Amino acid sequence: MTVWNRFAGLASAVALSIALLPGAQAADVNIAVAANFTDAVKEIGTAWEKTSGLKAVFSFGATGALFTQISQGAPFEVFLSADQATVTKAGAEGHAVASTQYTYAIGKLVLFSKNKDAVKGEQTLKDAKFDKISIAAPNAAPYGAAAVETMKALGVYEKLRPKIVEGQNITQAYQFVETGNAEVGFIALSQIVTNTDGSRWLVDQKYYTPIKQDAVLTKKGESAAAARDFLAFLRGPEAKAVKEKFGYAAD
Amino acid sequence: MFELSELWPPIRLTLTLAAIATVTLLIVGTPIAWWLARSKAKWKEAVATVVALPLVLPPTVIGFYLLIFLGPNGPGGAIAGLWGGRTLAFTFEALILGSVLYSMPFVVQPIRNAFEAFGERPLEAAATLRATPWNTFWTVAVPLARPGFMTGAVLGFAHTVGEFGVVLMIGGNIPGQTKVLSIAIYDYVETLRWAQAHILAGGMLIFAFVVILSMLVLEKRIGKLKQ
Repeated sequence: MTVWNRFAGLASAVALSIALLPGAQAADVNIAVAANFTDAVKEIGTAWEKTSGLKAVFSFGATGALFTQISQGAPFEVFLSADQATVTKAGAEGHAVASTQYTYAIGKLVLFSKNKDAVKGEQTLKDAKFDKISIAAPNAAPYGAAAVETMKALGVYEKLRPKIVEGQNITQAYQFVETGNAEVGFIALSQIVTNTDGSRWLVDQKYYTPIKQDAVLTKKGESAAAARDFLAFLRGPEAKAVKEKFGYAAD
Repeated sequence: MFELSELWPPIRLTLTLAAIATVTLLIVGTPIAWWLARSKAKWKEAVATVVALPLVLPPTVIGFYLLIFLGPNGPGGAIAGLWGGRTLAFTFEALILGSVLYSMPFVVQPIRNAFEAFGERPLEAAATLRATPWNTFWTVAVPLARPGFMTGAVLGFAHTVGEFGVVLMIGGNIPGQTKVLSIAIYDYVETLRWAQAHILAGGMLIFAFVVILSMLVLEKRIGKLKQ
């Protein structure tokens, strides 16, 4: 009995201290964000919180995964996709408010290596002097699809295929390069824009369909003022500056 | 729709992985279980704790350490260098290593329990009949502990089939190499190909039911052994 009492006391003490930890503030808006936009949206979010006095909470993942969650009633009010098709589909299937869809950024694909001599333009892909090349899952992540498109356009896809490793999203694709497990990888320019190390090739736009990234209000966010306010802020000049800093073109 | 044949490679890969991992687990786990059951060393529970760690650790912890361990800056990179490679991650062998580490407690624990269940007497009896320890182990201990071996093998196999987090972190989703069942299901759900996901997930459900049922039956037999 005494053991049980002691345990109960300890448990309530732990619960209390967890409740008192900072960061427990409730969210005013929950936003699902494609992984490539992680760094940019955090900065935009901070700026928005300052002007609006509201709190935004972000969830990051591959576009396909986020869509699946939203279609099953995930508590997101805003969806920032890495493509257009998924957002259009969400609108058509009634998971999002189609009239609020717009392109918030155009992403750029880059071939990156931590080794400063490894990447020298498209020749790097033709020479294929690497063991592993990482990409994001092409079925679920638009940057992965763009990577495959690029390799096909250069006629090296079949040759490189055995060397491809897939991350579940663009963040994991980058992480494979960062841990050195893959020498090179197709990632988003936004991920390495603040990183001056290594070598990179900004993939020529002619090799892949522009990665237009669309935002939309979800059905859940239809009547949420904070969500609408965030979407408007994402279009504004302050957000535009952040997007450009991270290597996105704003539409 | 889709070809049913596209579902086969991940199933075959998973079964192969689980079979190899189970055999490896029995070979590696048996001496550990024997030692844990018989040793009088004070620190043996510390070893037992290390073996049991994967029960508590999130797979991502093991996946993270493995990714670094197998990578070019870890021992895995050095080993891969022997045949000109850079990393051991993204290979079938890496999945075997991960599975063996991750499923170890599920194999060692039942075998240890079985070794402990029959006590010292059968072994002493064998010794008085001048059986060598090696002989005793194979002709007395192993047959007596058979239900433990079967439970361990079933659990080790099943747990490897059900593994997801470790593979997600070190696999790289390579068809025929590291794209196992659980990853294939995740992929199908993520890309909204639910018909395929349903078939594989439903199959896993039946598989898990059969495994747990057979394990419960085995447990009963171990219970009888103790009496």
